[in-house]
Amino acid sequence: MHPAPSIIAFTALSGLGFGLMVFLGLMPGDKAPWVMGTFCLLALALASLGLMSSLFHLGHPERFIKALSQWRSSWLSREGVLAILTLAVFALYGALWVLTGAQLAPLGWLAALLALGTVYCTAMIYAQMKPVPRWHSPLTPGLFLAFSLAGGALLAGEITPALWAFAVLAALQAAAWRKGDLAFAQSGTTMNTATGLTKGEVRLLEAPHTGPNYLMKEMVFQIGRKHTRILRIAGLTLAAVLPLVAILLFEVKHTLAGLLVLSHVAGLFITRWLFFAEAEHVVGLYYGKR
Amino acid sequence: MTTLPQKTEKSLGLVIDLDTCVGCHACVISCKEWNTGNYGAPLSDQDAYGDVPMGTFLNRIHTFEVVPENRPAQTVHFPKSCLHCEDAPCVTVCPTGASYKRVEDGIVLVNESDCIGCGLCAWACPYGAREMDAAEGVMKKCTLCVDRIYNENIPQEDRVPSCVRTCPAGARHFGDLSDPTSSIFHLVEERGGIDLMPEQGTKPVNKYLPPRPKDTELDVLGPLLRQESPGGFLGWLDQQLEKL
Amino acid sequence: MTYQPKLDTSPPVSDEIRQTTCYMCACRCGINVHLKDGQVHYIEGNRDHPVNRGVLCAKGSAGIMQHYSPARLRAPLKRVGERGSGEFEEITWEEAFELAKSWLTPVRESAPEKLAFFTGRDQSQSLTSWWAQQFGTPNYAAHGGFCSVNMAAGGIYTLGGAFWEFGSPDWEQAEMFMIFGVAEDHDSNPIKMGLGRLKERGAKVIGVNPVRTGYNAVADEWVGITPGTDGLFILSLIHCLLEAGKVDVPYLARYTNAPVLVGDDGLFVRNSDGKELVWDRVTNAPQPFDAKGVKPSLYGKVQVDGVAARPVFELMAEAYRDPQYAPEAVAEATGIEAGTIRRLAAELAQAAFDKEITLNRPWTDFRGERHETITGRPVAFHAMRGISAHANGFQTCRALHVLQLVLGSVECPGGFRFKPPYPKPVAAHPKPHHKVTPGKPLDGPHLGYPRGPEDLALNPDGTAKRIDKAYTWENPLSAHGMMHMVISNAHAGDPYPIDVLFMYMANMSWNSSMNTRGVMDMLTDKDENGEYVIPKIIYSDAYSSEMVAYADLILPDTTYLERHDCISLLDRPISEADAMADSIRWPVVEPDRDVRGFQSALLELGARMGLPGMVNEDGSAKYADYADYMVNHERRPGVGPLAGFRGEDGTGKGRGAPNPDQIEAYIENGGFWLDHIPEDALYMRPFNVAYQDWAVERGLYDAPQPFLFQIYAEPLAKFRRAAEGHGAHQPPDHLRPLLMKAMHPLPVWYAPDGPTEGYPLHAITQRPAAMYHSWGSQNAWLRQIHGHNPLYVPTAVWEAEGFEEGDWATLTSPHGAITVPVVHQASLNPHTVWTWNAIGKRKGAWALSDGAPEVTKGFLLNHLIHELLPPKGDGLRWSNSDPITGQAAWYDLRVAIKKAPAQTASSPDTGRQTSPVPAAPKHLEVGK
Ligand SMILES: Nc1nc2c(c(=O)[nH]1)N[C@H]1C(S)=C(S)[C@@H](COP(=O)(O)OP(=O)(O)OC[C@H]3O[C@@H](n4cnc5c(=O)[nH]c(N)nc54)[C@H](O)[C@@H]3O)O[C@H]1N2
Ligand SMILES: Nc1nc2c(c(=O)[nH]1)N[C@H]1C(S)=C(S)[C@@H](COP(=O)(O)OP(=O)(O)OC[C@H]3O[C@@H](n4cnc5c(=O)[nH]c(N)nc54)[C@H](O)[C@@H]3O)O[C@H]1N2
Ligand code: SF4
Ligand code: SF4
Ligand code: SF4
Ligand code: SF4
Ligand code: SF4
Ligand SMILES: [Mo]
Repeated sequence: MHPAPSIIAFTALSGLGFGLMVFLGLMPGDKAPWVMGTFCLLALALASLGLMSSLFHLGHPERFIKALSQWRSSWLSREGVLAILTLAVFALYGALWVLTGAQLAPLGWLAALLALGTVYCTAMIYAQMKPVPRWHSPLTPGLFLAFSLAGGALLAGEITPALWAFAVLAALQAAAWRKGDLAFAQSGTTMNTATGLTKGEVRLLEAPHTGPNYLMKEMVFQIGRKHTRILRIAGLTLAAVLPLVAILLFEVKHTLAGLLVLSHVAGLFITRWLFFAEAEHVVGLYYGKR
Repeated sequence: MTTLPQKTEKSLGLVIDLDTCVGCHACVISCKEWNTGNYGAPLSDQDAYGDVPMGTFLNRIHTFEVVPENRPAQTVHFPKSCLHCEDAPCVTVCPTGASYKRVEDGIVLVNESDCIGCGLCAWACPYGAREMDAAEGVMKKCTLCVDRIYNENIPQEDRVPSCVRTCPAGARHFGDLSDPTSSIFHLVEERGGIDLMPEQGTKPVNKYLPPRPKDTELDVLGPLLRQESPGGFLGWLDQQLEKL
Repeated sequence: MTYQPKLDTSPPVSDEIRQTTCYMCACRCGINVHLKDGQVHYIEGNRDHPVNRGVLCAKGSAGIMQHYSPARLRAPLKRVGERGSGEFEEITWEEAFELAKSWLTPVRESAPEKLAFFTGRDQSQSLTSWWAQQFGTPNYAAHGGFCSVNMAAGGIYTLGGAFWEFGSPDWEQAEMFMIFGVAEDHDSNPIKMGLGRLKERGAKVIGVNPVRTGYNAVADEWVGITPGTDGLFILSLIHCLLEAGKVDVPYLARYTNAPVLVGDDGLFVRNSDGKELVWDRVTNAPQPFDAKGVKPSLYGKVQVDGVAARPVFELMAEAYRDPQYAPEAVAEATGIEAGTIRRLAAELAQAAFDKEITLNRPWTDFRGERHETITGRPVAFHAMRGISAHANGFQTCRALHVLQLVLGSVECPGGFRFKPPYPKPVAAHPKPHHKVTPGKPLDGPHLGYPRGPEDLALNPDGTAKRIDKAYTWENPLSAHGMMHMVISNAHAGDPYPIDVLFMYMANMSWNSSMNTRGVMDMLTDKDENGEYVIPKIIYSDAYSSEMVAYADLILPDTTYLERHDCISLLDRPISEADAMADSIRWPVVEPDRDVRGFQSALLELGARMGLPGMVNEDGSAKYADYADYMVNHERRPGVGPLAGFRGEDGTGKGRGAPNPDQIEAYIENGGFWLDHIPEDALYMRPFNVAYQDWAVERGLYDAPQPFLFQIYAEPLAKFRRAAEGHGAHQPPDHLRPLLMKAMHPLPVWYAPDGPTEGYPLHAITQRPAAMYHSWGSQNAWLRQIHGHNPLYVPTAVWEAEGFEEGDWATLTSPHGAITVPVVHQASLNPHTVWTWNAIGKRKGAWALSDGAPEVTKGFLLNHLIHELLPPKGDGLRWSNSDPITGQAAWYDLRVAIKKAPAQTASSPDTGRQTSPVPAAPKHLEVGK
């Protein structure tokens, strides 16, 4: 799949923002209003920035409101509805806290739940895609949630949950790659089923057009194996292993925390890029590509 | 799935005969021509006379080779457009409801004025049957020529999709695949019509008729010529001439 | 459930439909042009039209994009830069006509042969040839000489008609269909429709072709023959059929010249009336072939007036029963297993004889014998350039026709049937004419069918009369001329220099020519005085083609939707096997540029020069325009360009006085006219009295022309005799061996000339269904399908060379080298590489960007093909064509392949031409 920057930014940033909201909602601690305010604004900014960048991906962003209508069936719609709800509830929760000092814990829990739900919906947009076997797995929401929680915990400075989250994240990411690498073959979709031609090996002789088309640009993306390996190692290291090791070895304070955030976010973007770039859509079979 | 009709009154669709398609692309261009001037936004072309021309098409012809063991390789021309699936994932993923399956005939359509151009439906389609128009920012797909097949301004016999009407080889058939009395239904029965990617669970309405057995798959022995006349060549010739 | 919007399922389609004839290719389908707000909105097939019955191909549907092409020329152009540069100024039509006239009138007055007028795939050859005749130059032809004259001439000399689009398989009744060397053909849609019908009926289709795509992909069996060897394969099939006694003896005896007696001199034995004689088994004496009640013998040496003679059948049986044609003997050369050849022969016999059709339709033959039934042999054949574009193509075409004849499957139900005005024997065709008188018309039509050496276009000193050297000993039966030699010969001044080269609708500096680079150089070459060696070039094109840049004066044509055209029975009509038909084009929209239909412009130019037939007595123009000519011109009294709606009242069919409302009547009728052939005249037409009489009535002939199919072609025997040293007309000595090799009265096979050592592969092209030669690339929709053309390489070569996806290769022929992208294909003859034809484009042409894939990755195989064979050291120029007809031998090309480093563009680079039209728009939203 084409690793569109707008979508990578959308999923990565909104994931971070919602993750932060989870921790601000569940374990706000006793932050000073201005500290809480800064955290809340950061969470809101990340989430909204992510959501806004997703609009760049749209042909008609001005109609985005229509996207909220199909929550009964569409994960994207659900994600939109939940995201708005989350933002609203969380904003209310934060505003009350900061402005009136009212620390309404249940509102925080609700916001956290909604935030998790939103991240889950985002993930399900991809996980539901049967034609993309690598995504079509419970590991996808698991991974998205782990990323969101790990990033959120780190941003919130909740080191112990972060430790666990990074461990889970590393394990899930490794599992996702392992399983993902086999997913296409296991999906049962082949050149033979795609064409219904069963009497021998099927190969593409001539593509429908000599020029490119939307489908190829959007869904057929090829990266070299060597590239993938390097990127995977870098991504996993930066996003999870490094923070994990650092937390285990050092006491995480301001500068280090800042560096770990940078490391994690860099890793997040690399792995998210890979999430798209490595994902193969079955339509590629019609173009002789996987 | 809440947004797909439980049942459609008809299942209109296409049956494509891979044994007959000569890969001429007539249906591709006819489709483009009809649909760029009719239902919804035009099908635009970017860099039309330039280095990387790229336009929106609703129907494209792929060419595959089948390489069996111990027999000559075969070439198969393979037209592909929307299959108007019964369990259309492109409909259920759509966040706006722009993508829908019509109750009366099962046609899967995009209501372009509701489409936000998110592209999700194209991802959800395993067949590559949807293309986002780069100029209009809305999703385009085969309409089964919904503005032809019921169109009272068109003579009755021409109320078929543009691609079907134009196909010189007669490799494209149109009809109600849920009607066991229809000729198209029979055709599918008789020729063992198949679903593409059945494992994707989309239950396509469109069916493909596989190529008939070819080359030495046919009667391997075949007939042989024998000289039957006892008198040799001239004897035979005399016999023949007697018949004059 | 989702909200389901209310749709208007009955929107208005258009404001108006106008019915005319497609010209995105030469198939000439009927089209309905839908207009909306005065603009072309949608084009669909005309359901009532005999050619396409409603269907339309990709090109036809893309007509709208051709019509609005950015490459359309806008006004007459006069060259201001160097030739080839593409620098022009726009001039008025008045200036254009006067300039052309000032070049042409002196030529006509002094030496009319110094005008060479050659046309491409236009369909106005009956007008252009007449114009050239009135001008008086012998140098006229259309493009047939490099296209498929082998097919045409092979057919005419054998059957009195050819495959081409002059006949058609009986799609409704054939049980078996064999198609040789066809990618698209002119009968584009009808062949596809026919294949569809065969498939529907379960008839077996066999494709004989080195490449398995298109028609060959759907064939039930693919015979992946090695190029140039079809003749061997076909003769081997005949061998098997003869050996097994599976030939239609009664048919051969009655309707072919199988029983005709051949003397020792190789010529037919005739009586004093000139009638060919056969040996009658009833009277045991020689009788004219058409005598009532003869029962001819097919074998045995007889004496007629003291001359020993044998029937053609015996000669044929002797020739083809020879073991050299046994399947085992030809298997290696053809690449077809012996067992396959035997099986196919058996299948042919099975279809022809075991599935025999009997129609209860009484008919009377030319001998006066009445037959109660017609026997059908449901095996049909079709062939085109895969057979004909070889130097042995004429004989291969003849061999295929002989195969049809031994199966008895021509002009019968289930077989191959002609379309009026065919069948038409050689005798009904003119001979070539070439007598030049300054200031006067030529003595007759240029092109015809020579009967013997006496009909060659030679001066007494043996030099060629025609610039293309058609009808010389080098290519005696060049019935379509040899357009591919014109530029080369004019440049060499051999046989003589010319003054004006006038061309129409042929991209001769590009895909239309062999040796493209060389031709570009010839067109721009200057003599010692700095003058162009070919002094003046006039060209008519409708678009900014490569050739435009090489002309001095451009007469811009309209698009096909903006002009009158005439698809005439005098030219290449649109008839069906069951009906005669012709059609028109008319301006369904008016041009928005300063362009004129070429035919109208040609008539005006003729009138300005005062050419006979084009002016009235007072010197004024006789025809206002082409439409006027179409209606009022008469070739013979009562016979004109259009056969329908003739006579004052518009009821005349084929014959009748000009009808001023004729064009209106055509438009009314959907743009065409069709007249069904009567039931009793539908089959066996060369021999069928009912057909012959009907054809005379309709003006197809002026008298009945019954004839026998010619298994043995006597004209070839005459040339052969001359080569042996007999007769008054003698070839030059160096040509005797070649004539002896090629000029067999019975079909033979010989390997094409030219080096093969070091060039192990055959290289050929195919026409893509969705492109028409070079002119499709200006089409925004079609060019997305075929924007560039890889070279397809068979598995064995692919693996041996270690090719991988995305690789490039250098392809070398004895003449040159090109470097091009390669793609692997398994369904391909192991000794063959191929590519799509005419996709490569020159930078600056066709209003395309400089980086267009057609320019960067696309390529022409033509750079590797020379119009001459490599020098043999004898100092002579041997042309790369069939020694019988002069057909350009495109597909004899031999090459070597080698992996090349990755490239950014294919080579050679032919430079850039300045575009005479404004830059094209970037994005399109058609129909918005
Ligand atoms: N390698 C290789 N070369 C081949 C062949 C092959 O098989 N392989 N095939 C050969 C054969 S059979 C042929 S027929 C030739 C064909 O070659 P061409 O006859 O050159 O065919 P086109 O490229 O279509 O070019 C015809 C020209 O006519 C112009 N034209 C189009 N429409 C109109 C019109 O309405 N009016 C006027 N005045 N001009 C118009 C086009 O712009 C173009 O410049 O190519 C030959 N060359
Ligand atoms: N779409 C489209 N239609 C066209 C044209 C076009 O450009 N585009 N051009 C028109 C013109 S001008 C012409 S002349 C006709 C020509 O019509 P075709 O004769 O169909 O044209 P080609 O593409 O030359 O096809 C030659 C075929 O012969 C095969 N072949 C080559 N060598 C051999 C051989 O030795 N033996 C056998 N058995 N096969 C061989 C090739 O693989 C190819 O399939 O088409 C006309 N129709
Ligand atoms: S028009 Fe018919 S034959 Fe041609 S590509 Fe389409 S389906 Fe195949
Ligand atoms: S083919 Fe694709 S676009 Fe069409 S209904 Fe099925 S899933 Fe949807
Ligand atoms: S692109 Fe349009 S039709 Fe497709 S899912 Fe998005 S909104 Fe729905
Ligand atoms: S049914 Fe209509 S929209 Fe669909 S492929 Fe055919 S022509 Fe195109
Ligand atoms: S075959 Fe195609 S391009 Fe040729 S005349 Fe017919 S519709 Fe037009
Ligand atoms: Mo041609």
